[in-house]
Amino acid sequence: MMTDVSVPANPPFRLSMLIHDRRYRSLTFQVIVFILVMALFWWLINNTLQNLALLGKSFDFGFLFQRAGYDIPQTPIPYTADDTHLRAAVVGLLNTLIVAVLGCISATILGVIVGVARLSKNWLFARLMTVFVEIFRNMPLLLWILIVFAIFTEILPPPNAYRGEDPAWSMILFDNVALTNRYTSIPTLGMTNDPGSLDLGARITFNWATIAFVVALLGGWFARRAIRSRAQAVQDRTGDRPATWWKTLAVMVLPSLFLIWYFGLHLVPPSLQGFNFSGGLNVANGLVALWLALTLYTAAFIAEIVRAGILAVSRGQSEAAFALGLRPNRTMSLVILPQALRVIIPPLISQYLNLTKNSSLAIAVGYMDLRGTLGGTTLNQTGRELEAIVLMMLTYLALSLIISAGMNVFNASVKLKER
Amino acid sequence: MSDTHAQTVPFVRDTMLPAAPPPDRQAGAVRWLRENLFSGPVNTVLTILGALIVWFLFVTFWDWFAHSVWNASSLSECREIIAATWGEGARGACFAVIRERWNQYIFGFYPPDLYWRPTMTFGLLMVALAPVLFGASLLIRRVVLAVTAVVTLGAMIVLGVPAGWLAFTALVLGFGLYASERNIAWLLPFSVIYPLLGVWFLWGGTLWGPIFVLVAPVLGWLAWRLLAGRAPMLGAVAAGVVTVLFWLFLAGDAASDAQGLIPLAIEPVRSDRFGGFLLSLTIGVAGIALSLPLGIVLALARQSDMFLIKSLAVIFIEFIRGVPLIALLFVASLLLNYFLPPGTSFDIILRVIIMVTIFAAAYMAEVIRGGLAALPKGQYEAADALGLDYWKAQRLIVLPQALKISIPGIVSTFIGMFKDTTLVTFVGLYDPLKSMSDAVRANIAWKGIYWEPFIFVGAIFFLICFGMSRYSMYLERRLQRDHR
Repeated sequence: MMTDVSVPANPPFRLSMLIHDRRYRSLTFQVIVFILVMALFWWLINNTLQNLALLGKSFDFGFLFQRAGYDIPQTPIPYTADDTHLRAAVVGLLNTLIVAVLGCISATILGVIVGVARLSKNWLFARLMTVFVEIFRNMPLLLWILIVFAIFTEILPPPNAYRGEDPAWSMILFDNVALTNRYTSIPTLGMTNDPGSLDLGARITFNWATIAFVVALLGGWFARRAIRSRAQAVQDRTGDRPATWWKTLAVMVLPSLFLIWYFGLHLVPPSLQGFNFSGGLNVANGLVALWLALTLYTAAFIAEIVRAGILAVSRGQSEAAFALGLRPNRTMSLVILPQALRVIIPPLISQYLNLTKNSSLAIAVGYMDLRGTLGGTTLNQTGRELEAIVLMMLTYLALSLIISAGMNVFNASVKLKER
Repeated sequence: MSDTHAQTVPFVRDTMLPAAPPPDRQAGAVRWLRENLFSGPVNTVLTILGALIVWFLFVTFWDWFAHSVWNASSLSECREIIAATWGEGARGACFAVIRERWNQYIFGFYPPDLYWRPTMTFGLLMVALAPVLFGASLLIRRVVLAVTAVVTLGAMIVLGVPAGWLAFTALVLGFGLYASERNIAWLLPFSVIYPLLGVWFLWGGTLWGPIFVLVAPVLGWLAWRLLAGRAPMLGAVAAGVVTVLFWLFLAGDAASDAQGLIPLAIEPVRSDRFGGFLLSLTIGVAGIALSLPLGIVLALARQSDMFLIKSLAVIFIEFIRGVPLIALLFVASLLLNYFLPPGTSFDIILRVIIMVTIFAAAYMAEVIRGGLAALPKGQYEAADALGLDYWKAQRLIVLPQALKISIPGIVSTFIGMFKDTTLVTFVGLYDPLKSMSDAVRANIAWKGIYWEPFIFVGAIFFLICFGMSRYSMYLERRLQRDHR
């Protein structure tokens, strides 16, 4: 039975209620913080304006469209000293992306191998991997970059050591790669049947062959998905799963093989012409050293993540899978890996982000990444610290947000579907 | 069953056999080898591969280490000694550079006759840390403090310390040992004033500066006591305002006036004289001490119900985490002067410490947020049910558990930050790794020496970082309360 509870009438509002009444207190607090933050921003902006006025500078990004006037050794898109600072910044950004993507791929591969090997029953190998992980995790990345770079510049020979009848050094990997103290010369891809390029304007071109390969790989991937889902449907209906591996292999590999044959794709190894290697691609040692050091350092962290992920799957899971009669590789792919990935992916994302941000240590080896162009030479030449650094930070921020957004989508697809 | 069986078979043993030793391959080293190294074809291949790696490393580096030279005054002299001792073409390490220049790697360009001051500072740091880090175990405390005392005093005597300061250090260390035996909490007041003392020891100048910095909170406390009876909230605000105003407007003048009346100063050392591990440790220790509280505040702000506080925390954390540390260091060295009133310029080390701190604090906040999220909801609800207010609930229930969960992450953030102190080389400070090695190589005697400094500096970094990670494992074990 409901009784009429006499609700006390709202007491008249008093100023002290702003602090003592829980209904108002958080509001009061937020208003105070808002005012303080606004005051802080006003103070900072006011100071900046005063300082800019004192120095006779303005805050505008017009310098981006002026002539850069400096050379960049390694340019993924065509660039000359006559181009604008903006194009130089884009070249820098692309260089950052190149080393970040290469680093993420190789660090993941190495990290997974080391992480699994650390769990191996082999005493010697597991210890070796532990030593690797502890050594690389507990020393600064800068040290590894400097050491790898010093190995390249101090121990490797100048290109002319490869000259003569009986050279002091010889090329490695079946005469395809030449290591020198200035650059690493690797083969390029040549085509006997060049289809020409797609011009995107602004002197950015894509070879049609590249586009064909991308389309072929994407098509292969979708075909593989279709094949697998059909196999699943057959399995659901009849209980027997048709063999798919040869179909998958065919759709993934055959189109590429056909394209290789069609375009006449082949490796063009570098060869010594005069004092330098030409024909191949001479990759500056800054990039190679940075990539190697980032790979080794990040791999040590990824190894620990992988190890923790695999250990997080309880033994009962694999025992249950064996009890159901699953073979070891099916156990791995159907039971252990999906569960381990859930633990592995989130910290892996932050390692990729770390690697991307750490690539700004390119400053130590003279590799012209975003910091080297926009935050380095451009900044020094134009004297626009404020604009250059703000733009650089915002670019890195955008990059980080894009990577983490992309990886979060992937994470959502592997994580436990809770109902 | 066995009865019927016994009648149908001709022989049944009725005495126990004596226990026989296991077969050779099932015992001792052979069994261990079979189980751990050669249990199958894959394992055998891995063992051979591992042995090959070890052998390769040994062959590559052994003679280089074995032929090291510790006594020489230049790289060319090193090479001559190696050639004379081990024959022409022999390789060898030239650790003589460490012997000659160790002081630069450790102290940078700090005045050599004052080397005892940083030594004393970091020796006393261990005393200040003892109640915080080693509060629980008497044995560990005893060992750490005794080793610190011996090493610090020994090093200070070798480095030529004035007798008065030696006595002071011995007194503090002795008190630390005594307090550690009796009641470690006696050291807490020392831990509180240590940051100011440490800054004074390192940078020198007048003692009145730190004294007046300490006076401000005392005045604030007085203001709070006066008003607390009538209006507690007003009292708290007044205490804060008094403290900040005193720091901003009075402390500096008061210190210089007092210095004029009663001089109490030691030789000042400018920031550009700092370098090597002194610089790394100064930035690292300051960053660690400041980033933990800031990280906790940020994590709590991000978990807050208040929309504005939460969004500010999210923006701050994501911005800092999305930007490389180098960019922030450039902000510290190039842009900070834009953001401050015209004409202000303050110490570059302080600027770097601020940037490193907020960088580490953003990561710390995410680690602690993980700990807060991992805490069962029941804990929060229990705190509410007990009628605790927000701060009491956080202080007594939530944070102790959340911080315990996040210890591994917190320590690895510390380790990462300490490693990142090497990046100060890019804003013109003399870190031990790059700038100091470049400075050493700039001398014609040591031109071209790379590996020995890398090994020396790397080994010290390894010891410190590895030590920190082992300490975090010890702490985790110590704080473990569940039984698994």
